[in-house]
Amino acid sequence: MSQDQTPPLTVASHDEVKEIHFDGEMEDRIKNILGRYSETQAALLPVLWACQERWGWISAGIMEAIAERLALSPAFVESVVTFYTMFRSRPPGRFHLQVCTTLSCRLCGAGPVIDELKRTLGIDFGETTPDGRFTLSDVKCLGVCGEGPVIQINDDYYTRLNTEELGRLLDEFK
Amino acid sequence: MMKPLLLRARGERNSRSLTTYLRFGGYGAVKKALIMDARDVIKEIKASGLRGRSGAGVPTGLKWGCVPKASGKPKYLICNADESEPGTFKDREIIRVDPHLLLEGMIIAAYAIDAHKAYIYIRGEFFHEAQMLEHAIGEAYRKKYLGKNILRTGFDLDIYVHRGAGAQICSEETALIESIEGRRGQPRLKPPFPAMAGLFGCPTIVNNVETLACLPHILENGADWFASIGTQESTGTKLFSVSGHVESPGVYEVPLGTTFREIIEDHCGGIPNGRELKAFIPGGSSAPVLTAAEIDTPACFDAVAKAGSTLGSGGLIVMDETVDMVWVLENLLEFYAHESCGQCTPCREGSAWALNILRRIRCNQGCPEDLETLCRIADFACRGMTICPLGDAFCEPIRSFLDRFGGEFRAAVTSGNPPRVVKAPILPTRRDQSMFAKPGTESC
Ligand SMILES: Cc1cc2nc3c(=O)[nH]c(=O)nc-3n(C[C@H](O)[C@H](O)[C@H](O)COP(=O)(O)O)c2cc1C
Ligand code: SF4
Ligand code: FES
Repeated sequence: MSQDQTPPLTVASHDEVKEIHFDGEMEDRIKNILGRYSETQAALLPVLWACQERWGWISAGIMEAIAERLALSPAFVESVVTFYTMFRSRPPGRFHLQVCTTLSCRLCGAGPVIDELKRTLGIDFGETTPDGRFTLSDVKCLGVCGEGPVIQINDDYYTRLNTEELGRLLDEFK
Repeated sequence: MMKPLLLRARGERNSRSLTTYLRFGGYGAVKKALIMDARDVIKEIKASGLRGRSGAGVPTGLKWGCVPKASGKPKYLICNADESEPGTFKDREIIRVDPHLLLEGMIIAAYAIDAHKAYIYIRGEFFHEAQMLEHAIGEAYRKKYLGKNILRTGFDLDIYVHRGAGAQICSEETALIESIEGRRGQPRLKPPFPAMAGLFGCPTIVNNVETLACLPHILENGADWFASIGTQESTGTKLFSVSGHVESPGVYEVPLGTTFREIIEDHCGGIPNGRELKAFIPGGSSAPVLTAAEIDTPACFDAVAKAGSTLGSGGLIVMDETVDMVWVLENLLEFYAHESCGQCTPCREGSAWALNILRRIRCNQGCPEDLETLCRIADFACRGMTICPLGDAFCEPIRSFLDRFGGEFRAAVTSGNPPRVVKAPILPTRRDQSMFAKPGTESC
């Protein structure tokens, strides 16, 4: 599908991931996923995960390709992508830092950790460092409230943080 | 102290492996259950008095009994591992310690309701836990505990892991079903209940991880044994996720009916830094807050309800004397305003509105009318005014915080700030509107 046939979607950017085609490996994965459900549409979330794993984020092009493969409309796919906060419709930094700002973590001192984090990285929530290394987000409860304060960096949790620990942790990712 | 059941493998080496699980007598309950009549399995669970561990405490056997026998449609079992209520982290612990216990429970539940496909819906953030489950499922398939003709009994079951993607409302069962079907996770109006028309329009049972993990123990040791643990109406043990101001936070397994004092002081080592307890939320963020005076309440469904709160998911959040309750309520409302799926006006607007008011109060710009407005929002958005109970979930904290810590709120709105000229708009009360009258009753 070329860009002039379909008007650009509103949220996702078209630019970065242009060549979308589902190669044999991806096609196998999709078939495997489809086998688990009695309706095609149910494969949408797992397929989105598979694509995000491959390309790092979900561009408008990927949405269109998925829509075509699963017989859905691109707008519908976008509506789903934008509902779920973990699907990224923009390219993120290499390390996505997600800090829990909910009650239990705050009671255990998440406040100072967050301030320190913003200060060291020089960015606020929702921003990416100029070198494209870190993206910072605030999230609600990550489900490990007993070990707060907690940060999720890509797929991993880092728990029981304080400001010194945080400094050490960030050095590891520098 | 009682020996743990659900967390019996905690601390074992390789506790997640099938070998360890078998050493504990694992999959023995499945062997027993699969040669029983499915109706007898349901009877056994009913007799055990097991109540759902996700929050509302619905008797599990009763719920299973609602699945229509001869609808001609396939039936589905879904394990709700989307644990997302702030303060709750027990399901993750079960998965990390003993995923086979969950799988065995799922096989028993699926057999009882005659489902041949089951899904585990796990929140997207639990990436590693999802892999642990995949691994355990792989092991179980290889040893014929899953797949076709399980243990040569003729019963087939496939279990799949379905990852969520960061929408906490998907832990509500109908939103979860929508999400599996590949849509935005927006709750559905009930009825029809999922037991009648759930996933793909077919009868579906959604059970919490902890509920399912109880099943092997019940089948193994008998309903009477399970019913003898805990109290008369709250049988068995329960996992409490304790967080906040305690010496050692974490997941603790105790018989239902243990008092909160025992949990906080004996198990968790009390409040650190020599401080005093001020308040605790007994059952996850949407349960009404209780004060230090209520610490001797037994942690079981009925006693907590009598104290004016709910046992909920057992997410115990402990707060010491230094905590500002206005700040706590603001923080909780941030969660609800963020998680509202946006379908219902009272929930979408109410949670955001209440949050705005709290923010204003915390900036020292509140006025006494604000508290009145908060009360009205809380009266307006609950008890059936919304599609799913998230409406009630954000109203309960508002009401209970104002009720029990009203002094702090009144002080915050009167502390020396100039009176504001513009009055906050006031919501109509429920009684103002005849459309809320029940059919058949006179409108007032
Ligand atoms: C707003 C809301 C949040 C919920 N969150 C959870 C949750 O995190 N985990 C869970 O198992 N059930 C949750 N539930 C309950 C589910 O809808 C469902 O009733 C439950 O999984 C049934 O399990 P049980 O019968 O084993 O208790 C939630 C319900 C609502 C209304
Ligand atoms: S009550 Fe809130 S979360 Fe539930 S369906 Fe309505 S808007 Fe969505
Ligand atoms: S409150 Fe931070 S993980 Fe739950």
